[in-house]
Amino acid sequence: MDNEVILGIYVFLLAILLGVEVIGKVPSTLHTPLMSATNAIHGIVLLGAMIVLGWADQWWLQAIGFLAVILGAANVFGGFVVTDRMLEMFKRKPGAGSAGQKR
Amino acid sequence: MIDLFTTRDGLIGLAYLVAAFLFVLGLRYMSSPTSARQGNQIAAVGMAIAVLATFFLHDEHGVGMSMTNVALIIVAIAIGGVASAYPSRKVPMTAMPQMVAIFNGMGGATAALVAIGEFMHLSDDLSRGQTVSVVLGVIIGSISFSGSVIAFLKLQEKISGRPIIWTGQNVINAVVALGIAVLGVAVAGGFVEGSTAKLMLLAVFALALLLGLGTVLPIGGADMPVVIAILNSFTGVAAAITGFQLSNQALIVAGALVGASGAFLTLLMARAMNRSVSNVLFGAFGAHHTTGAAVGAGGDALPIREITAEDAAIPLAYAERVIIVPGYGLAVAQAQQQVRELADMLKERGVDVRYAIHPVAGRMPGHMNVLLAEANVAYDDLYEMEQINDDFANTDVALVIGANDVTNPAARSDTSSPIYGMPILNVDQAKNIIVLKRSMSSGFAGIENMLFHDPKTSMLFGDARASLSKLIEAVKAA
Repeated sequence: MDNEVILGIYVFLLAILLGVEVIGKVPSTLHTPLMSATNAIHGIVLLGAMIVLGWADQWWLQAIGFLAVILGAANVFGGFVVTDRMLEMFKRKPGAGSAGQKR
Repeated sequence: MIDLFTTRDGLIGLAYLVAAFLFVLGLRYMSSPTSARQGNQIAAVGMAIAVLATFFLHDEHGVGMSMTNVALIIVAIAIGGVASAYPSRKVPMTAMPQMVAIFNGMGGATAALVAIGEFMHLSDDLSRGQTVSVVLGVIIGSISFSGSVIAFLKLQEKISGRPIIWTGQNVINAVVALGIAVLGVAVAGGFVEGSTAKLMLLAVFALALLLGLGTVLPIGGADMPVVIAILNSFTGVAAAITGFQLSNQALIVAGALVGASGAFLTLLMARAMNRSVSNVLFGAFGAHHTTGAAVGAGGDALPIREITAEDAAIPLAYAERVIIVPGYGLAVAQAQQQVRELADMLKERGVDVRYAIHPVAGRMPGHMNVLLAEANVAYDDLYEMEQINDDFANTDVALVIGANDVTNPAARSDTSSPIYGMPILNVDQAKNIIVLKRSMSSGFAGIENMLFHDPKTSMLFGDARASLSKLIEAVKAA
């Protein structure tokens, strides 16, 4: 009856295992950018907001959808921009930023 | 909603699959500082693909989005994008935890609104599974939203970071939670229909918002890192639940990844503080605070050794090995740049300088690393607690800057101490200890730090930035 839901649960559980596996490999140095990046990724709810607004046939539904799309988009853009700013600082080669090793 | 047998839907499904794959790949790239930025960009590309594909979706009657609504979506994305990208470029790195909190709240709100929108629109056509996910989406999304807003306000210091406590709060929260459960089961189980069900879902929405407030308000500012991690996990789960409503695998995968990541970081943080997650959530810290104050009062009489910058510069300049222990006090004083200057200067003199980073240094996991990276400190010089703790014993000088509780040896020895059992940096094993501190006030936990009374310890009082500038001058002269 709810085959799609069952299938969804499979995907959900496997993705959780995958997530733990992948995230366990991230060094603690990068935990703040990691949290910020995953924060951007859950902005994927934006798709849901687009679907609500896309088929809205009444003004109040459009209003809910419009607000949801704004919030979702803010989540996505802000999340990725902030993460990029943080990681930009990490990309430099080790030691390049410290005068002490130039000799 | 998606029929996979037509080409259009097949392609859209493929786009979602690619997006989900890119999210996983992006996170995989975050396992090294050199590839992490690329990882974030890969994930962003995945997001762009998923968003673009969504514009071409058709519903089960083969009807696409109306042009008006497509235009509205584009306008809304532009508004949200500009409104958040602009401040995101400006905020200082010290404010990152608040930014993460507020974006997290927005994601939670989106999930709740989507669930409400779906239910208002299609309640009669939704399957039981979808209805259940609508109810769960509203509950989790709303808690995440209101909780995140409170966390944001606390971190931004718009409201007091101290636990806000009122009488019977646990009882009130329990009643609210019970209300949510009863109404939620009624709607999800199909015991009510039509407008009654819609009204009850709105009531669930309001109560869940209240529960978010009621749960996060009593939690102290020092515990906000754990709270953010939990709420991050919540929003991830809310996104996955939205995926169930819409039968959209991309949302399920992405949401599950975030949910797992948030939960993982929550447990990591709780372990670093030697506290259970429920202890953080249901506030035993207020009680700790009183105990700590009592200990502190007794400790006032203990001797301390004050030192001038000139005197502190000598052991640093002539040391072989120095470990710098930065705490949030360093970030508050915006002194990261000065620390790096001092470290560079010492390195030029041939001193081996490393940084010891406690897991809870800063305002969220890994925050201190970001702050030091901003000041161009090479990440190879940063050491995690487990990596460096054994090296303190053969270190000439441990320089503690604005860190307190994470260096308190009471956590090892004093069973009566509220932080007993918390893993700490073995600063007290260094040959000399120099502590830069604004005053003798105690840390977040409100506990006297016996390290400051150790005969090997010298205290250099003052603003961290000013003290470091003086130290730099003094090392130059040494």
